[in-house]
Amino acid sequence: MSPQARVWLAGGLLAAVFAAALYFPALRRQVRRAAQVTEKTAEQARRELLPVTPAASSEPKLKVKMFWGSGNDDGMLKPVTVELPLSNDPVLRAKEVLNTLLAGPVDPEARTLPPDAALLAFYLLPDGTAVADFSEALGTSIPSGIQSEQLAVDSIARTLEADVPQVQRLKILVHGQEVETLAGHIDLTQTFRVNTKVAGTPDAQPPSPVSAIAAPIEKAVQKIENAVKR
Amino acid sequence: MRQEIAVSRKALRFGILLHVRDVVRYRTTLLTALLGVGLALAAMATSQAKPQAPSSPANPAPAPTTAAPSSLTRQPAAAAPSQTQFVSRSALNIVVLDPAHGGIDLGARGTEGIRESEVVLVFAAEVRKALQAQGFQVVMTREGNDNPSFDDRSARANAQHGAVFVTLHIASTGLAGTARVYVVPDIPPSNDANALIPWDRAQGPFVGLSHLLGDLVQEELAKRFRGSPSIAQVAPVRQLRTTAAPAIAVEISSVIVPERADLDRMVPGVAEAIAQGIVAFKPSYVLPVPAGTPGGKQP
Repeated sequence: MSPQARVWLAGGLLAAVFAAALYFPALRRQVRRAAQVTEKTAEQARRELLPVTPAASSEPKLKVKMFWGSGNDDGMLKPVTVELPLSNDPVLRAKEVLNTLLAGPVDPEARTLPPDAALLAFYLLPDGTAVADFSEALGTSIPSGIQSEQLAVDSIARTLEADVPQVQRLKILVHGQEVETLAGHIDLTQTFRVNTKVAGTPDAQPPSPVSAIAAPIEKAVQKIENAVKR
Repeated sequence: MRQEIAVSRKALRFGILLHVRDVVRYRTTLLTALLGVGLALAAMATSQAKPQAPSSPANPAPAPTTAAPSSLTRQPAAAAPSQTQFVSRSALNIVVLDPAHGGIDLGARGTEGIRESEVVLVFAAEVRKALQAQGFQVVMTREGNDNPSFDDRSARANAQHGAVFVTLHIASTGLAGTARVYVVPDIPPSNDANALIPWDRAQGPFVGLSHLLGDLVQEELAKRFRGSPSIAQVAPVRQLRTTAAPAIAVEISSVIVPERADLDRMVPGVAEAIAQGIVAFKPSYVLPVPAGTPGGKQP
């Protein structure tokens, strides 16, 4: 190869390196932006698929207690009485109060749940176990910490305790799945006692129906994994 | 085939069950343990083969390694928590310190780029010094920017004998300049047919001791940080549930401080409070021994 060709080749390579150095950060920004857009779209789609249960205007307005934060940053809950048109059906009633809880109080400092979190589904099993399924924002947008996560769980449990007497236990799912913790601290693998003096304490006995279903499946999966490893 | 197997020194002592997936994690421990058994048996065979051989100071007989065999001898199945007796008074000499989060898990993030995963390491280093000054041996679950799993951190504590566990957190809420201690609520006893304590309820027999330790540490914190509660709070903290030792979580408020220096000023007080709380707890430390095991009280 002639010296001139080498110079051209080296120059070309340098130009390619410079072009890549300029292009890749821009490409990374574009990818991040696209990911954010996709995430928002997915969240919006979920909300559209599962619209907030509209309160029937014909239902009589009843006074209910919502447990939001005290607003003093002291980790305490404060009951606030609001009037809502409530259904007699415990599931509809629970959805209405939880959606109101999610909507938040007048004072944003007293909010216990992230503003972008949504209630995706709510079930009430015959044994009094309530299964509340929230969107991922419940875990990802909540301020990280034991106090803030405990406050969130307590506000859900105590609001259900006050307004839906049929609920005895509470199981919290995130996007249809059992998760280990809310945001790295509070254990969500167990059910929480409701309608007891301390609402937000876990209730390991009896196991939740969700766990009861999941346990044999998990064992079967482990058996298969074991067999594969052998 | 049983899905669960009891392993590790302390796990064997208390009959804590581990899932099959945990066995993979403990494979190295098991292999080491088996090797230890082999060596111990070989040493015993050698000493039995030469029973009359007097041990001379110049050529002393190898001292039997009591630590390894004791950790390998499978204890009788642990009794259910209801049958657990707190009778064996054992010296508390180890503190397992757990700086929470780490690695890609930054924990709470606040003003001025404060990251919980970094700040807890600073607190942990000072707590370690204060504990060592009181004569405790300190075992850290992490010292660098790594992120062991909840189970790995608990396993670190569960492998110790005569230890307490303290996990350190910085909150993103709460009154700035305060500190709270958390302990788990009561964990109902297991209905396991073999009366073994499942891994995910390892904290069960220790809840009472954890509450006592929590109250003592919280009392010390309240003396130093005005506005802190006077007694420990109860919350189902995931990290504590799988820990087979008196275990507390200490959460400091908060990453939302105007300056990082505000948190740094709390470091000596938090360290001293934790050390003093554990010193005060030491005389109350008892090791739960299942009924029926040597040293255990017969019902």
